[in-house]
Amino acid sequence: MEGVLEIRWHGRGGQGVKTAALLLADVAFFTGKQVQGFPEYGPERMGAPVTAYNRISDEEILIHSNIYEPDYVAVVDESLLSTVAVTGGLSEKGAVLVNTAKSPAQVAPLLNGYKGQVLTIDAGKISEEVLGANFPNMPMLAAVVKMTNLLPEKVFMENMEDSLKHKFATKPKMVEGNMQVLRRSFGEVQGL
Amino acid sequence: MGKRDRLSGNEAIALAMKGMNLDVVAAFPITPSTEIPQYFSQYVANGETDTLFIPVESEHSAMSACIGAQAAGARASTATSSCGLALMYEMLHVGASLRLPMTMACVTRALTGPINIHNDHGDAMGARDTGWIQLYAENAQEAYDNYIMAVKIAEDKQVLTPVMACQDGFITSHAVENIELLSDEEIGKFVGLYEPAEYLLNEEEKVAMGPYDAPAYLMEHKRQQAEGMMQALPVIEKVAAEFAALSGRHYGLIEEYQTEDAERILVVLGSTAGTAKQVIKNLRAKGEKVGLVKIRSYRPFPAAAVAKAIKKAKAVAVMDKAEGMSGIGGPLFGDICVAMNGLGGPRLIDYMYGLGGRDVRPEHIEAVYRDLAAAMAGKADEEQLIKKAGPYYRYLALREE
Amino acid sequence: MKQKGIEINDRVSWQNITLAGAVYGGGTAKQFATGDWRSMRPVMVWEKCKQCLLCAPVCPDSSIPVEAGKRLDFDYDHCKGCGVCVQVCPFEAILFKKEEK
Repeated sequence: MEGVLEIRWHGRGGQGVKTAALLLADVAFFTGKQVQGFPEYGPERMGAPVTAYNRISDEEILIHSNIYEPDYVAVVDESLLSTVAVTGGLSEKGAVLVNTAKSPAQVAPLLNGYKGQVLTIDAGKISEEVLGANFPNMPMLAAVVKMTNLLPEKVFMENMEDSLKHKFATKPKMVEGNMQVLRRSFGEVQGL
Repeated sequence: MGKRDRLSGNEAIALAMKGMNLDVVAAFPITPSTEIPQYFSQYVANGETDTLFIPVESEHSAMSACIGAQAAGARASTATSSCGLALMYEMLHVGASLRLPMTMACVTRALTGPINIHNDHGDAMGARDTGWIQLYAENAQEAYDNYIMAVKIAEDKQVLTPVMACQDGFITSHAVENIELLSDEEIGKFVGLYEPAEYLLNEEEKVAMGPYDAPAYLMEHKRQQAEGMMQALPVIEKVAAEFAALSGRHYGLIEEYQTEDAERILVVLGSTAGTAKQVIKNLRAKGEKVGLVKIRSYRPFPAAAVAKAIKKAKAVAVMDKAEGMSGIGGPLFGDICVAMNGLGGPRLIDYMYGLGGRDVRPEHIEAVYRDLAAAMAGKADEEQLIKKAGPYYRYLALREE
Repeated sequence: MKQKGIEINDRVSWQNITLAGAVYGGGTAKQFATGDWRSMRPVMVWEKCKQCLLCAPVCPDSSIPVEAGKRLDFDYDHCKGCGVCVQVCPFEAILFKKEEK
């Protein structure tokens, strides 16, 4: 859709894909944009492939369907590359971001001939090292903001600090940990 | 001025509930409406509202508790979906025929079977003859606004009929979108306090409600009940005008989008209206005279307004999201045919679409407008379509051999 | 039966009938003389009655009035002649006779 930024997320049940899409909608909302963030629901099972979507625009978003020709794709679980056509319909002017330890050059051949930009981030590693557990959605969120150039890093960080403080009002430690994850992730996107 | 926020349709309904001076909310969890009582019961637990929340053991009980509460003199509401609404069926009739002005947030979903948790209008359409007013929402904002207005419509002395504010399950109930909220104080002031003329706990005037109605009386009571439904048409407009003064958002019985000079018009309920508007923008940019009629008030059915909006078009597609299993099209198509009875007007074609969560894509809507162009041109293309699908209705985005 | 000044019977219009069939005021059943539904009639034999009061509470139509601890004669305007009192009386103090004009 013209004038609307469309993003499709691929992941597995339990990885926080829906949360990531909703947080991205939050981030964009705080910059005054019109937003949509919604998951494609199915039987909710841990590990099953799940999809979530974002639309971000300066004007009212009227459309209420899933996204088939996204500008950007974010793949939260790289094992999906062999089973799901993650770059299906993806604009070649856009980009795909994959959570992997591999380099963009290593991932590109796994993307069904996609000719646009390929980005990678080792979200699992960042999360493990900072938080001690694999929560890939926060690093992916930062990387998607960087990929789409949705807003400047500084503004993004300020917005996130506010919403994390709100979300983890009783667990202040989580705020600092997640902020550190976001800062590191912004700097570790490969392929730009 | 409202507060700008971004919320899902379900969160928005729960927030509205908090401001509506409700005495009782009785509900049972059922996808996709579960979040509504879930969020709302948190507000109750946190002391943010003094509404009594009754976690009942079934939807039949939820509606029964609402009926009991409302008859006693309280303002009651509930939320449900799909099989939950079906389980309420008996009590929906009881509540409506008792003229109890309850409200319900209905989050529409397919009725089993085959088993399916996704959106269509099979549940709400199954309740269309129960005597409840039904309003349909395009997005989270309208779901929120309709639900607030529902209280005033239901309680109007000319109406005294319960209202179901419907929104599309998952599509708007679980999608986070921009929304403008009213404060609890603004909502509370708008809906006011519930002051029933008659209620069971009134010590001043004793009353018995719901006595046995012999054949000598039931028809008179049904006609009286139908009068409340008919009187709701002007009241829905009156309440919308009051709401516009508060919120700046305007609503009618229907919404016409680019219909003035439209040759081809789509008639639709719910979230697909938005997708269709986007398609219309694109087609209009190419010079195509296409338009849309969105039905906001489905019960009562605004026949005159609909007929006025579509009678000058050449071809009209009626979009049904519920298989009525009549063999001649869906429920909305039947209503449109009644509205156009004796008026001549455009060729009407019914489309069965979006059942069980089948995603409604812009290209599907474009295909409908192409079909309408073929119907206008008449002859060959149209004959082919009729040969394939029969004269009355067609399926949209259906796999066929 | 009058409701809010309007006689409710099988000639009342839908505009004038009470909303949803509501019945106002308590104890309106009293206005309906159901005694003429009776085909059998309970009749007291006062000499045998010990005023044990077993009969009064079992009457489904509250047609055995009790005052100052003693039962009075039947309320024949409302007694439907079910005969439960006849069965329950331990002293054969209530006869059950065919209703005749």
